[in-house]
Amino acid sequence: MNEPGSPAAIGERSPMDLRPTQTMATPNANGDDKAPKRIALRVDHISAWYGNKLAVSDITLDVDAHSVTALIGPSGCGKSTLLRCMNRMHEVTPRGRVEGKVILEGEDIYGAGTDPTRVRQRIGMVFQKPNPFPTMSIEENVAAGLRFMSITSKSEIADRVENSLKAAALWDEVKNDLKKPGIALSGGQQQRLCIARAIAVEPEVVLMDEPCSALDPLATLKVEDLMRTLAVKYTIVIVTHNMQQAARVSDRTAFMLAGEGGFGQLIEYRPTDEIFTNPSDKRTEDYITGRFG
Amino acid sequence: MATTTDAGQRPRRSALTGGRHLADRLFQGITGVAASIVLIIVAGLFVQLIWRSWPAMKANGFSFIWQTNWDPARGIFGAGAFLVGTALTAVSALILATMVAVLVALYLVEIAPAWVARPISYMVELLAAIPSVVYGLWGIYVLGGFVKDVIGPVLTNTLGTFIPFFGGTPRVTGLLSAILVLTIMIIPTVMAVSRDVIAAVPGSQREAILALGATRWEAIRIAVLPYARSGVLGGAILGLARAVGETLAVTLVIGNRVSIPDTIFAPTYTMASVIANQFQEAEGATHRAALMEVALLLLVLTFVINVIARILVWRVTNGQRAVVIE
Amino acid sequence: MTTASTESLFTPATESLFRRRRTTDRVMTIIMLSAAVLAVTPLVLIVFHVLTHGIGALSLSLLTEDPNPAGRPGGGVRNSIVGSAIMVGMATAIGAPIAIACGVFLSEYGQNRLGTVLRFLVDVLAGMPSITIGLFIYSLVVLPNKKFTAIAGAMALAVILIPVVARITEEMLLLVPRSLREAAFALGAPRWRTVMTVVLPTALPGIVTGLMLALSRIAGEAAPLLFTSLGNQFFSTDPFSAIDALPTRIYFYASGPFDYWHEQAWAMSLLLVGFILVVSLIVRALAGTKVTVRQ
Repeated sequence: MNEPGSPAAIGERSPMDLRPTQTMATPNANGDDKAPKRIALRVDHISAWYGNKLAVSDITLDVDAHSVTALIGPSGCGKSTLLRCMNRMHEVTPRGRVEGKVILEGEDIYGAGTDPTRVRQRIGMVFQKPNPFPTMSIEENVAAGLRFMSITSKSEIADRVENSLKAAALWDEVKNDLKKPGIALSGGQQQRLCIARAIAVEPEVVLMDEPCSALDPLATLKVEDLMRTLAVKYTIVIVTHNMQQAARVSDRTAFMLAGEGGFGQLIEYRPTDEIFTNPSDKRTEDYITGRFG
Repeated sequence: MATTTDAGQRPRRSALTGGRHLADRLFQGITGVAASIVLIIVAGLFVQLIWRSWPAMKANGFSFIWQTNWDPARGIFGAGAFLVGTALTAVSALILATMVAVLVALYLVEIAPAWVARPISYMVELLAAIPSVVYGLWGIYVLGGFVKDVIGPVLTNTLGTFIPFFGGTPRVTGLLSAILVLTIMIIPTVMAVSRDVIAAVPGSQREAILALGATRWEAIRIAVLPYARSGVLGGAILGLARAVGETLAVTLVIGNRVSIPDTIFAPTYTMASVIANQFQEAEGATHRAALMEVALLLLVLTFVINVIARILVWRVTNGQRAVVIE
Repeated sequence: MTTASTESLFTPATESLFRRRRTTDRVMTIIMLSAAVLAVTPLVLIVFHVLTHGIGALSLSLLTEDPNPAGRPGGGVRNSIVGSAIMVGMATAIGAPIAIACGVFLSEYGQNRLGTVLRFLVDVLAGMPSITIGLFIYSLVVLPNKKFTAIAGAMALAVILIPVVARITEEMLLLVPRSLREAAFALGAPRWRTVMTVVLPTALPGIVTGLMLALSRIAGEAAPLLFTSLGNQFFSTDPFSAIDALPTRIYFYASGPFDYWHEQAWAMSLLLVGFILVVSLIVRALAGTKVTVRQ
């Protein structure tokens, strides 16, 4: 399989690109084919607590731009917690607390004076269970985040809704039912609706917390395909308990494990093909070969 | 169905119900009788009141409902003024109470940390445990004075300068005092139901909107309130039912005069307060029957309001958690 | 591309929108907090006033003497306290068995249409104005016997108690773990025995809690007593004659002309509110479960 996350793939504009009218190109990402991978998100010594209980301890990893990064590990290893630290959603949990830094575009999202709402506009999230707003139509669901940006023109909102639904590979299925409630869709469609909603605000990074765990195999395949396509434009971090899924969709994989203290640690973080074929840590190998977890 | 060892020895009535202990059937029967007592009471309430007010219904006809004259000495009975008084007090109290109660509920569920939310929640619920007469006593001797000396003059000098209804002479007992006492009394009802309904909004809804960059208030406005809307409405309507049926606190502070109030300070009557105030000294059978008819009207009104409210609350909480009310 | 979205996020228009949103958020948070303070204020004020006004008139003679003839200061409300105790006791004796049995029926046999209807009626009864319940008993008991009696008052209070306790009982029974029930069934115990020996005893603390709260509620009810037990200036323990009660006497004194009546009304309120708050605190300390009774 071709690696869309590689510099070569980034250099080309994908036909799926949402913004054909966008003329500016970032020299860094698009200009130079030979450029080293850009880092979208740098997780720097992050630890997270629930009350007094340490859940994730001292994790450092770099997330490549325009790639899919997978976080895997047995349940309770803190992978979802780590993901939620990446857009300040962990602090929404009662008694949730974070220490460390997450650097986005040279700025620490936990820096003093940084507003979490701005962080989340730039780092979106898709959740385990599809969670469309039941009182809103499909259209309104996708446009939900737009009211936090200065987008007021009806035509621009309609454009954004259409483009996001297209990018989420849902447009053809719902284009005649945009006024129907979002919860009327099937589970797989609802999850793609949530993905459309997340990318409508055009974040740089999309975090996905086991996005397929509530879906049937066919819907799962669709969402996985979607992740690969979206990685052309967005940086994707996905938490999954399904190793095959990590192997199928991700460019790099981080393996986490809860140690003796019950808190999650990063064991290994390497390109996906390496980690699955030639894990360097015994514990990774045990997990991948199904000896625990 | 639990089958027992001696089941086979008994003749089976049918495949489904057969083979049960006699004691089991007795147990179901006894508890069933107890349960049906509730049904009998509810039915009896209506039957007794209809029966006792029958002479009045025949004498007064349908105009009883909108006729505003009530003159026991001359045998003229119309409940119109009481209906207006009840509607004015209950609806105003409901609006004021709902504004406060929903904000409190949102604060308790969405914002306050547990160590703040729990005592506040408890204190507001304690308000509901204070007897009606104590509210009445406090209403006359504390709140009434505050209405006459502080709230009254402020209202007459501001709103009262261009809206005649808010003008007039502030009094200790009257419409406004009744509205304020009722407001305080129904805040716990509306707050408790709203709180339960808001807490029942799935966390995933809040997370969905927060992850799009919403502030906490935006999360409340866009994700939480629309989801909880009909349940909150149900809580408000339960508050309305309580306000409509509230008796002694209102009787003590409303001034008790048969007239449609022309200002917010004017004395008036509600349906419940006219019954409490006149029934014991009723002048003869027709007066008493007319008061029974007022009670019947009140019963039907609260019944309808209650049914609407229960349906709304049930739909939202959907049996996931039963909300114990009143 | 990344820079593009960054730019679109930090245009002057977005900036002012952001500031407006943040300000709205802060203002609304303050408004919500103020509402919470506002809602708690009446409780604090009422308790404060009941305490300060009531404590002065509280004396031993208030508890041990009966009312003086109207207009002669002094005397007490012994008759009211005893009358309240008698009626609340009788109401519990009448209402609690019915209510608990009704709760058992709802939880054991009520997972069907009939149960839904009954549950609905119980809730509706709980919402009926207490004054109409007073008139109901007046019409049912007082008029046929041509006499105001303590029994009639107790019946009216029982009607108020039944829906409250029935619903709490049902909820407490449904909280009993399924496994416990199934263990008894597996031993071959019939349903009634399972309920009486396993389910009810397990739920008993919760039911008792609910009962106590219901007691504290009916102890404060005056409206249903006005036309049933009427009130009585003299000491009486006779269930078949008119009897006094604290709430009705508070109502009577509060609307009366004498200052010492008002003072005694405050003192009685202090007794009543004190009783209710103490019950509520005890219940809260004893029970971990959330049980509330709203008047």
